[in-house]
Amino acid sequence: MAQNFRLAEGGIIDRSQPLRFKFNGGSYQGYAGDTLASALLANGVHLVGRSFKYHRPRGIVSAGPEEPNALVQVGRDPRTDPNTRATQLELVEGLAARSQNCWPSVGFDIGSVNSLVARALPAGFYYKTFMWPSSWWMIYERAIRRAAGLGRSPSGRDPDRYDKTNAHCDVLVVGGGPAGLAAAQAAAEAGARVILAEQDCQMGGTLLAEPDETIGGKPALDWVAQTLIELGRNPEVRLLPRTTAFAYYDHNHLALLERVTDHLDEQPENLPRQRMWKVRAGQVVLATGAIERPLVFADNDRPGIMLAGAGRTYLNRYAVKAGASAVVFTNNDSAYGAALDLQRAGVTIAGIVDLRAAPEGPLSEQAEAAGLPILTEQAIVATRGGKRVNQVTVAPLGPEGDSVAEDGEKIECDLLLSSGGWSPTVHLFSQSKGSLAWDELHGCFLPDKPAQATHAAGACNGAFGLAACLEQGLAAGASAAAAAGFAAKGRKKRPPEATDRGFLPARWLWLVPSAKAPGRGGKQFVDQQNDVTAADLKLALREGYRSIEHVKRYTTTGMGTDQGKTANVNAIGIVAEQLGLPLPQVGVTTFRPPYTPVTFGVFAGRDMDALLDPTRKTPMDAWHARNGARFEDVGQWRRPWYYPRGRETIHEAVAREVKACRSSLGILDASTLGKIDIQGKDAAELLNRVYTNAWNKLEVGRCRYGLMLDESGMVMDDGVTARLGEHHYLMTTTSGNAAAVLGHLEDWLQCEWPELQVHLTSVTEQFATVSIAGPNARRLLGELTSNIKLAPKALPHMSFAEGTVAGIPARVFRISFTGECAYEINVPASYGMALWQTLMRSGEKYDITPYGTEAMHVLRAEKGYIIVGQETDGSVTPLDLGMDWIVSKTKDFIGKRSLTRSDMAKPDRKQLVGLLTDDPQEVLPEGAQLVETVLDKPPMAMVGHVTSSYMSPNLGRSIALALVKGGRDRLGETLHAPLEGGKSVACEITGPVFFDPEGERLRG
Amino acid sequence: MLLIPCPYCGPREESEFGYGGEAHIARPKEPESLSDEDWADYLFMVANTKGVHLERWVHSHGCRRWFNVARDTLTDEILAVYEMGQPPPKLSKRTYV
Repeated sequence: MAQNFRLAEGGIIDRSQPLRFKFNGGSYQGYAGDTLASALLANGVHLVGRSFKYHRPRGIVSAGPEEPNALVQVGRDPRTDPNTRATQLELVEGLAARSQNCWPSVGFDIGSVNSLVARALPAGFYYKTFMWPSSWWMIYERAIRRAAGLGRSPSGRDPDRYDKTNAHCDVLVVGGGPAGLAAAQAAAEAGARVILAEQDCQMGGTLLAEPDETIGGKPALDWVAQTLIELGRNPEVRLLPRTTAFAYYDHNHLALLERVTDHLDEQPENLPRQRMWKVRAGQVVLATGAIERPLVFADNDRPGIMLAGAGRTYLNRYAVKAGASAVVFTNNDSAYGAALDLQRAGVTIAGIVDLRAAPEGPLSEQAEAAGLPILTEQAIVATRGGKRVNQVTVAPLGPEGDSVAEDGEKIECDLLLSSGGWSPTVHLFSQSKGSLAWDELHGCFLPDKPAQATHAAGACNGAFGLAACLEQGLAAGASAAAAAGFAAKGRKKRPPEATDRGFLPARWLWLVPSAKAPGRGGKQFVDQQNDVTAADLKLALREGYRSIEHVKRYTTTGMGTDQGKTANVNAIGIVAEQLGLPLPQVGVTTFRPPYTPVTFGVFAGRDMDALLDPTRKTPMDAWHARNGARFEDVGQWRRPWYYPRGRETIHEAVAREVKACRSSLGILDASTLGKIDIQGKDAAELLNRVYTNAWNKLEVGRCRYGLMLDESGMVMDDGVTARLGEHHYLMTTTSGNAAAVLGHLEDWLQCEWPELQVHLTSVTEQFATVSIAGPNARRLLGELTSNIKLAPKALPHMSFAEGTVAGIPARVFRISFTGECAYEINVPASYGMALWQTLMRSGEKYDITPYGTEAMHVLRAEKGYIIVGQETDGSVTPLDLGMDWIVSKTKDFIGKRSLTRSDMAKPDRKQLVGLLTDDPQEVLPEGAQLVETVLDKPPMAMVGHVTSSYMSPNLGRSIALALVKGGRDRLGETLHAPLEGGKSVACEITGPVFFDPEGERLRG
Repeated sequence: MLLIPCPYCGPREESEFGYGGEAHIARPKEPESLSDEDWADYLFMVANTKGVHLERWVHSHGCRRWFNVARDTLTDEILAVYEMGQPPPKLSKRTYV
């Protein structure tokens, strides 16, 4: 299809590079330099989507990031992006896009029947209509979503790659228009490191659409090109086109989204699709420009109705006539520029409808001199046209501007450009917590007091003329550089000469009056993306909403993906008028990141799959993997879970491993246990204060079990600590808790007890730990050491010796988590594999059996040993666990005072007990709730829950540990565990120790 | 994300630090002599300041040292950092509209 609306010359597109693309199945052609929107308009396509609620036909409104309507689905699943603004999407060869929110097609959309029942869909219809019954909400929700959806998310995994990177600079300039370029220039000349980010593919901002502007007597774009050459030569300057600064966080931390490859025909292998820049800037210059506001009048949403500045941009930058016959509707001078340019390009100007009493201002005067038909103090009161505007009705305004004549003149047209003034893009300034102030003259919010090292320049700071933009840009760049320590050398740079016309004078009519009652004479759209009308705002006020934040949420104004860039100020103006308040008193709603939507992929970056979180492996990990171990994650550690032989199930493997430990010899990789080396003359005193038991009398060469509480008396960790020397201890912690325990100790040492002379060092990764357990453990170890005496009297339970094992320097601890005679052998980490292999080889004759965490859990549960985090959950005290034997009555320790709170003595606290099911083959699920009486259905009074539960091969039946209210006084009673599906398991409360309660095996 | 000037390492990203809550809460010398109410007050009751807040931070992924920070909770400005055991610096009171 020919580009019938493309001019033969002009614009900054490359006519030598035609590009084919598809839209809604149709094939079209555009040029390099086009956006999807400009290419569609070049082909005369205005109807691009259906509206959110009423499914009204919608066209392209803007030429930038503020676009509320022209959101398209791009690409093919799973490489597809929903809600993409056609106005920012660079055209590439073969691009395929389609409209959203319409079925079966954008031209014939069944959902448009919603328009006919529009009165049933007022503001807040969600809250009003779908109140009852509450259980139906999910059904309503699904139906509403389908009817009012935006684009579709990809069904599969994102095939593209994304990156994140950090950057630092002295001055970050956001916006590459005249103010931003001038700021970057001034800052760079002063010697500052500069990053300049521009969301467009080209630097230049509005100058790209202003061919008549001059700077220093030459075409403005020459100045842009020259400035870019200078900046490009400076090694301290980084230019980032196609990069949106989407968030301004604390302490000048900004997030930038760079679109790296979307505009390329081929996606290079070595580049990510998009990149997130996390910039920490010394100073920030915001030169983010301004966004034009539409006027709010009846049926202002038809395809072919767009912003005046956008019409001008399509003409001047993209060489596209958005129509053949245009009406311009304005309240200010700037829209006359569009009328003049369009007329010069051969578009008929069918009328300029001006709300003002006289066409004042430089452009208005030019238009008057050029003889354009100007209708002053008149308003558009109606528009017609199904899929494209084809007629407007113009009527004279009443004397106060709050009424309009009933009858008007009808004007035929196929393009309607509107301008309601300009809103400075203060989003980032506001995100930075800077305050905004209302500028009565320009009718807009401007940056007021910065909260961070922020400077604003150009249109976003109220400088609407080119000369003022350049002046402010240079000044902001220089002062930002100076504040960053780079004072400008030599004389102050004079801004180059340029014109300086703004858009004033203007007349502020936030809602164009209508002769008809609200809702009867067409819809006056305020927020086109969310289909919010002036009538909706009025309804919200009638229903009692006053705060603009509430009005916003009730009507959903400004809550679409465009965040109301074209809607919010109009909405505030209408609310202020209705409430009879000055506009600044109504205030602005909060600006939040992101400025424009950001794909999740770029937040994830490469932090996915194996790179999501580090996997910590022990020195013996390769052996486990080679020998078929199944692994489980314990914190970041990967630990062998069990070692199946042949086709063994987990239950068979665990049963075999558990039995081997009790009958002969088991071997466990215990390297993941946290190890903290404690040295200093006050080491014992520190242990006294952080553990519940006393440490003064522990002799060198002996070990002691300790229970660590937080200050509220709850168990936070446990482990064995050995006294290695006079002032030297080695503390072990649970595998997942090592860092937290070290942090806890450092906190107390540094902040509360700086007088204690103790040093803490994490040595978890310096040692490999192998635990051998079982009746043959001593025999095997004896064969491998000649300098450690292993006789029970020489090395009794809970003692420690140093020597060599298999020729490797080793620390041997006789401690046990299985209830068997067991040794934990610590060797330097690099010897871990050698030690393991030697033990496996020498242990063959004892049928040495490697066991994993699951068997370890069964073994310790048979003995009633707790696991912190399994039997405890942050609400369990040592008394609840029946461990008062380890709680000192005489000394103070962290958490002690909390143990004597009245609540701790309550008889119904949950206490640790054992459970034996009536059916010995039934294994309770961990986490099961326990009740005294089973009812037909919940709720039932719950008296406890199962914390650990296993099949015990040594007892030949199931065992469980549980926390039960007042459990220790209820031994012998029967409780029930009601399970899913109506089944209930009866079990008897017992003590928590099921195996070898005297501990003979342990000490033997 | 805050940029926190660690007194030992210099300015670093907030993600390198851990937060320790309000500073200058001394552990009672004789916890046993405290009533339940007084103990609960020590344990749980902290200031909820709008304005200058004295708080503890630890450079967990750096030097592992604790220090004090005076931060404006409204603007997140860091007004001072000082070592553990030091008294808070004199800062002018801030008022907000």
